[in-house]
Amino acid sequence: MGAKSEKNKPFPGGIGRFRQKYDNNFLISFGIMIAIFLFCFLMIATGNATRHFKSLLVPAGINIILAISLNLVVGILGELSLGHAGFMSVGAYAGCLFSIYTQELFPIGVRFPLSLLVGGLVAAFFGLVIGVPVLRLKGDYLAIVTLAFGEIIRSVIINLDFTGGAAGLKNIEKHTTYTSVFIIILITLFVILNLINSRHGRAIMAIRDNRIAAESLGVNITYFKLLSFILAAFFAGIAGVLYGHNIGSLTAAQFDYNRSIEILVMVVLGGMGNIKGSIISAILITIIPEMLRGADKYRMLFYSIILIIMMLLNASPRFAEFKRKIRIKNLASALKSKSRQKEEV
Amino acid sequence: MFKRFLATVLLLAMVVAVMASCKNESTAKNEFLIGGIGPLTGSAATYGTSVKNAAQLAIDEINENGGVNGMLLKLNFQDDANNPEKAVNAYNTLMDAGMKVLLGTVTSQPCIAVVEESHKDGILQITPSGSAVDCIKYDNAFRICFNDPDQGTASATYIAENLDVKKIGVIYDKSNVYSTGIFEKFKAAAKEKGLEIVSEQAFTDQSNTDFSVQLQNIRESGAELIFIPVYYQEAAYILTQANQAGMSIPFFGCDGLDGIIPQLGDNAQIAEGVMLLTPFAADAQDEKTQKFVKAYKEKYGSIPDQFAADAYDGIYTIAEAIKKAGVTSPDDPDLNQKLIDAMTKIEVKGLTGTMTWDASGEPKKEPKAVKIVNGAYKSMQ
Repeated sequence: MGAKSEKNKPFPGGIGRFRQKYDNNFLISFGIMIAIFLFCFLMIATGNATRHFKSLLVPAGINIILAISLNLVVGILGELSLGHAGFMSVGAYAGCLFSIYTQELFPIGVRFPLSLLVGGLVAAFFGLVIGVPVLRLKGDYLAIVTLAFGEIIRSVIINLDFTGGAAGLKNIEKHTTYTSVFIIILITLFVILNLINSRHGRAIMAIRDNRIAAESLGVNITYFKLLSFILAAFFAGIAGVLYGHNIGSLTAAQFDYNRSIEILVMVVLGGMGNIKGSIISAILITIIPEMLRGADKYRMLFYSIILIIMMLLNASPRFAEFKRKIRIKNLASALKSKSRQKEEV
Repeated sequence: MFKRFLATVLLLAMVVAVMASCKNESTAKNEFLIGGIGPLTGSAATYGTSVKNAAQLAIDEINENGGVNGMLLKLNFQDDANNPEKAVNAYNTLMDAGMKVLLGTVTSQPCIAVVEESHKDGILQITPSGSAVDCIKYDNAFRICFNDPDQGTASATYIAENLDVKKIGVIYDKSNVYSTGIFEKFKAAAKEKGLEIVSEQAFTDQSNTDFSVQLQNIRESGAELIFIPVYYQEAAYILTQANQAGMSIPFFGCDGLDGIIPQLGDNAQIAEGVMLLTPFAADAQDEKTQKFVKAYKEKYGSIPDQFAADAYDGIYTIAEAIKKAGVTSPDDPDLNQKLIDAMTKIEVKGLTGTMTWDASGEPKKEPKAVKIVNGAYKSMQ
């Protein structure tokens, strides 16, 4: 981390304080999201967007929220959680049930944000419930407990009556739009990036890097672990509500451990603790299998091969160097020196 | 090192090229595009594959005979991995490709999500095997198979009227819509018909290999018949374990049991005496079934199951609707309404029986009860 903070020297003048507060990571992550939004908006406005393209926007956005929030636990806190889909399902059921039962009480403009909040809070509550006992555990043990949590939630939902049992929850009004997902992404980004850049975030990362050292410095480990767990669960719950209001029906089977692992794959592919990486990888993992539809029966084969290649590339130091070379800043300076050479010639 | 990197990049480029080349298939003039959606990957892949294969077989047959009203049919089948979200993506892909009628989806959950979309677009949707009631809740949707409640009621009625048993034990999959749907109606109908359910044993998709506890409970409850509204994979475990435990209580199942004989393989004799309600039996002696089974076996190397039969009938139903509606061009402006109107006027003599439809979208056909005798289905009526 030391090398990174040295790079972000404050700029002179009034912009300095802004830059100090919001470093490059922050601005780039927001920039990426806004650029993507503008791109999609233009595609739709000019009529270039196919229906397939439009139908992928919301799932991609939901995956972005899930990946960013899981990254808080896996990348920033450094604990392996395999129960993210469990939090998502709790939030989805809570939020969707809320919006079904309050259909006559509130107009849609109030009901939808409220149901998002309810879904998030219920998921956060479960984050607290699961967080307290598992704080004693680390690494593999924590992974197993969170995995078990996801499976328990699934079984409970199947056996309850008001969740619709195995048949699932139906007749959820479809309110999720591309814009609402985008707003939620921005809120998620804002909260999580601010947390990471704050004193709290540094404390969380200190726990990740060296628990004993952090504890000796007076970092309240229980509090910060719970905080990241609950926050991650909260946003997973919101993502779940968005998911339910996008498809119109919910079944417990959609939230099995495969889903948790899919979210984890996004985080790992994007880089642990790398928020903008999570955004990009969440989009890639959503659209690659869809883009491969033309490949017919070889689809999942290609998808797996692409995943392997991406993971290998991501882990290779050569590729990291290549990425460094093609960074815009470096590219610009390379171009400049080239043009200067030309002029000299 | 750099060469290796270059090689990976080139490989990626190749993959992209393959995708690109596959994507833009040119559609010939007067080609009527039928879309299909079902699981080709994941745990339900066998159902989707059956539907895809049989639908293609039916389309090839129709095209060989000159198509329908001068149009050739074409199938574009997309994978949904039995997931509602992916099914909607698949649906939109097909709409982009110019789908006119949807044959799908194969499984219930995705079908409930997709019918919302097809209803908005107003296109005709025929699900071969989506058996949950809500799969066809709109006017534009019809189905080929029986729905879950009907199977539950039909089973209870059949048992009460034709078999000399009063005490019934049930094993069902609590995590599966199909199984719970049938069981709930069965329970209600059984009570009406004077049958007594002495033992209800549930399992979930997490515990679907060991049934010794459930079987033991049923044995102790003194049941005279075990009703198993489950799919054949689980039924194979149940039958094998019941056989090992030396139980001799007869079993009764629904159409999900179709496929049990090939599933058991060399142990097929333990399915002896099992009764099931099914619309299709691959070894039925009528000419139509035999011709279909032979053609399917030649093309795909396996015996078609009930999903295949439903899909085959589904394609012929679509063809019949096109004929009845008098549609001669896929670009007909009133195509959707004409086809939907035609659906309630046609009669299709298919593999799964002679079917007619009313506005509810449910097929009117007779359920057939069969008993497994000497490793083959034998009609019971």
